[in-house]
Amino acid sequence: MTLVYFAWVRQKVGTGEERIDLPPGVATVQALIAHLEKRGGGYADVFGNPQRLRAAVNQEHAGLDAAISGTDEVAFFPPVTGG
Amino acid sequence: MNMHIRIQNEDFDVNDELEALASESSNVGALASFVGLVRDDDKLTSLTLEHYPGMTGREIESHVAEASKRWPLLGVTIIHRVGTLVPGDRIVLVAVASSHRGAAFEACEFLMDYLKTRAPFWKREDRGGQSAWIEARASDEKAADRWK
Repeated sequence: MTLVYFAWVRQKVGTGEERIDLPPGVATVQALIAHLEKRGGGYADVFGNPQRLRAAVNQEHAGLDAAISGTDEVAFFPPVTGG
Repeated sequence: MNMHIRIQNEDFDVNDELEALASESSNVGALASFVGLVRDDDKLTSLTLEHYPGMTGREIESHVAEASKRWPLLGVTIIHRVGTLVPGDRIVLVAVASSHRGAAFEACEFLMDYLKTRAPFWKREDRGGQSAWIEARASDEKAADRWK
């Protein structure tokens, strides 16, 4: 799957985009957040506080319980501040 | 309904955009527009905007589609700039054409509230070498909630 990051999420994890193999049993955005937190470092910092995060699955806003699969593009970012 | 959505680094000419939108239909009796500018807050050096290119256009299109279900619109132009801007620069234009003013005013406000709370843009402020991402404001969420 492709993971993309924006704003301070991108800065803290240190990349704007990466590909990972979705581990067995990780089937929702929430489970993916818990998986990414275990990577430690900047990931633990970002994904250890999921209330500060927003997500999109395949470029549409998605909640924590949204289902994900190995071919999805999942984005993590702070609440938006455009306009 | 005519829909024009552009995400760009370059500035835009408000008059040109309004005239273009008005000329697309003979029934335009009302043209409402909003222009957002970079404020000179606390010695701001620059404001840098990034967005999610794959998502932004479609997200804004869905807001325009929703607006056109709620109001009888003839045309909408939304231009949002990205990249580095300085105080006084234009950031965003929302322009709405309709036959009557009520629909134009309301749809313009609706679209702006949704741009603020749903469109995937993020702003970073730079002040004399210090960078900080702008935090989302609860008041913007509240403004968008009234359309639900």
